[in-house]
Amino acid sequence: MNQTQAFHHRIDAALHNDQLRHNFRAALTGIMARRAEQFPDDGQLQALREQARQVRANSLVGQPDLLERLEEKLIANGIQVHWAESPEQANAIIQEILAAAAAKTVVKGKSMVSEETGLNDYLERHGIEVIESDLGEYIIQLAKEPPSHIVAPAIHKNRREVAELFRQFHPEIPYTEDIDELTQSARAILRGKFANADAGISGVNFAVAETGTLCLVENEGNGRLSTTAPRLHIAITGVEKVVEKLSDVPPLLEILTKSATGQPITTYFNMISRPRQPGELDGPEAVHLVLLDNGRSRIRIDEELLETLRCIRCGACINHCPVYVQLGGHAYGTVYPGPIGLALEPQRIGLDKAGTLTSACTLCGACGEVCPVKIPLPKLINRLRAESVQAHHSTTPLAGRGSLRKPGEAAVWRLWQQLNSHPRLYRLFTLAATRLRWLTPGRLGGWTRYRSAPRPAARSLRELARREGFADE
Amino acid sequence: MNDARQNILSRLRANRVQATTVPAVYAKPLGWDHERRIAEFTRCMQAVRGEVHRIARSDWVDWINREMSARGLRQPLVGRSTIAEQFAAGAAAGFKLTRYDRPIEAWKTDLFEQIDFSVTGTVAGLAETGTLVLWPDTDEPRLMSLVPPLHIAILEADRLYENFPALIQAQDWASGMPTNALLISGPSKTADIEQTLAFGIHGPKALITLIVE
Amino acid sequence: MKTPNTVYFFATCLVDLLYPAAGLAGMQLLRRAGIDVLFPQGQTCCGQPAFNSGYRPQALGVARAQLACFPRDIPVVVPSGSCAGMLKHQWPELFAGDQDEARALALSKRTYELTEFLVDVVDLRLTDLGEPTKIAIHTSCSARREMGVADRIQSLVAQLENVEVAVQDRQAECCGFGGTFAVKQADVSGAMVQDKTDALRATGAQRVISQDCGCLVNIGGAFEKQGNGPITQHVAEFLWQRTEAIHAESL
Repeated sequence: MNQTQAFHHRIDAALHNDQLRHNFRAALTGIMARRAEQFPDDGQLQALREQARQVRANSLVGQPDLLERLEEKLIANGIQVHWAESPEQANAIIQEILAAAAAKTVVKGKSMVSEETGLNDYLERHGIEVIESDLGEYIIQLAKEPPSHIVAPAIHKNRREVAELFRQFHPEIPYTEDIDELTQSARAILRGKFANADAGISGVNFAVAETGTLCLVENEGNGRLSTTAPRLHIAITGVEKVVEKLSDVPPLLEILTKSATGQPITTYFNMISRPRQPGELDGPEAVHLVLLDNGRSRIRIDEELLETLRCIRCGACINHCPVYVQLGGHAYGTVYPGPIGLALEPQRIGLDKAGTLTSACTLCGACGEVCPVKIPLPKLINRLRAESVQAHHSTTPLAGRGSLRKPGEAAVWRLWQQLNSHPRLYRLFTLAATRLRWLTPGRLGGWTRYRSAPRPAARSLRELARREGFADE
Repeated sequence: MNDARQNILSRLRANRVQATTVPAVYAKPLGWDHERRIAEFTRCMQAVRGEVHRIARSDWVDWINREMSARGLRQPLVGRSTIAEQFAAGAAAGFKLTRYDRPIEAWKTDLFEQIDFSVTGTVAGLAETGTLVLWPDTDEPRLMSLVPPLHIAILEADRLYENFPALIQAQDWASGMPTNALLISGPSKTADIEQTLAFGIHGPKALITLIVE
Repeated sequence: MKTPNTVYFFATCLVDLLYPAAGLAGMQLLRRAGIDVLFPQGQTCCGQPAFNSGYRPQALGVARAQLACFPRDIPVVVPSGSCAGMLKHQWPELFAGDQDEARALALSKRTYELTEFLVDVVDLRLTDLGEPTKIAIHTSCSARREMGVADRIQSLVAQLENVEVAVQDRQAECCGFGGTFAVKQADVSGAMVQDKTDALRATGAQRVISQDCGCLVNIGGAFEKQGNGPITQHVAEFLWQRTEAIHAESL
């Protein structure tokens, strides 16, 4: 099965799952309304977006220098820094750190980058117990599913499905579908894990070069527990997450939480700059940062494509996408779903592997409108469509360039060009189409599964215009 | 792994992009006076189910004695800070006071299971978002504001800043960050099941701010 | 801008073949406002179908063929949000570095979506002659987000005193057309237009109007297939019929 067939296969499954579609529609309608409430003044929103865009754009321009400064500062602060080009390297680094510390159990805070590397599976294969501690991540870990949303990983499950998972894995807890009671059950289950874990693994929202600070945004407190209670903390993040100055953080934090979940701020903003210092009574004795590339450093071909990396992973584009709401995240088959997935994944892993994702977009512009860092997502998706059907195949500068070009399709567009660039030919075509409209096929593939076939009018506008005396020039 | 480092950096350097505008420092002056700051802080904190009380500086220990006793909570946790000493000096006789005076490894289970509430100080508050700012240290460790089911934070009224950018500028955070700095805006919460808000998932189920002046 | 004496009308392919009545109504609204409307017979398509499918060289070829049709420095009025958006916002990218870039940019700058032109430039005044009716408005995504002219259709309709406007749920959500999207992702598109038609039906509106014929062919086609749906109509045709009862019959 090629990538296009596989994608359609997953889409078909998603569209036939009414419960799933209902869950997404209900959840996303609420999130969109809450986000809108945070931005009552459009002028202020646009000013904040522009500020956030500049901060992120600036940090990408200076990225190599900033990464070196970040590393230098972190090391001076006592935090160990590791670089990984690939998921395999990152996983191996983390496993080695854990092995050196004789760590057998790990509690994890939410990290999409660790989803890129398949970290949980890797560590489990090496005999390490990994517990996801974010409630949503815990739920999908029980279900053995990947996240279906980058901010709300279990958004596809309703309370009954969660209750069923708890019954299956924790039969000792009385069955309940009450969300407060389910939450308290999870608290009770996971407290023991936090108290006993040998190591904590987390992601990073912003890494500040100026001060050597790792910033984590969360509501639950599991991120703080994962990074404070065990004696070892390993953070993993993408190389693009670095920002230059501490003063870059407030605008990003504000627009991140408002855009992601419609909150003025999250419950916790956790800024970590050192391991436990002499005299301090808690916090990890060792802190490590793993900087993962995994295709990111390739996305600097030109300034347009580089805009992809401004992303701060708020998920607003996903929440507002009219295609995502129909399909949910799993249908995309990539780590990052929705509009940012369409823009990022084909570049990160290659058009030959994920280029077909770009077909799952109407270019409606809803994503670009809400993006807090003004990534022109529709423009990028359209650009990637063009790259994927380029006449000349090549692997550089974009992997899998031209790999989706089909001779038949290309011929149709060449014919279309001929027809529409030669007025006389076009006139003949419209004349034929209007005069022979009864010949218009009644079935047009997928189109007529849901709609009647469009039928040309009896007279084209160019004929009516002439008849009604509208001059040519 | 030096190879990885060099490879990544050289790929980033090989594909240099042009410099764009350097962003201005983000400032959002609101012009709020003392009372307005307290009012906004209170409103935001209450909106996320945080409790807020204004209390005279001389009364906060008594307030905790009275309120916690009434709620049947008798096992407070304090550190070794000034706040801790004040509380220890006046704590109700019925309380079983625990001091955070040993490394966490020595009493982890007790911390997770035996504490009813903690009392800590704060370095600042943020009015616009209803946020407490903590710099945990040797005298008030990090887990104090996280593990107990109830956290009581003492906030000096004159340490209320308008917002985060105002705070880091006024206190010049960039010149030196602590081991851990925290912004706390309400009790622990989640919306991971059906986007429905539920409180007390991992951190404190309740958060009380006592604004003292 | 002072109301010009003469404008070009760039109907684009969908209007020419599928919605000529809408195009003609647009031209007549302009003519009634005292504007001389030119309809260059050589015009075809803005190039958008190929551009949005990744076939940029073919899009460029078609777009280039339009340049000669609209040579004079007068406004180009386009009765479709997405085609106007193509000219105004995508042509600069399509023609970047091309020999015809300057000509394309010049044309791009004097492009208006029809309702935008009727409100902003003509300041069109309308008197409603029709029976009381209830309609719903589907603003196309291009009109709303790319062109930012969603409010123009609202303000024109607001002048019609016998027209009640119902607002459907999720009004700003895409109808699922997306050009070749409706073919390449036919089932997703079908699910989207089902949601859109459900929301429109729920308003009880007798008629759905839009600034964009792409949305109309999608929504209208779905209503026709489902049966018993509201009438779908381009805004220009609707405005013309409500204000020119006599002409309405000949349409």
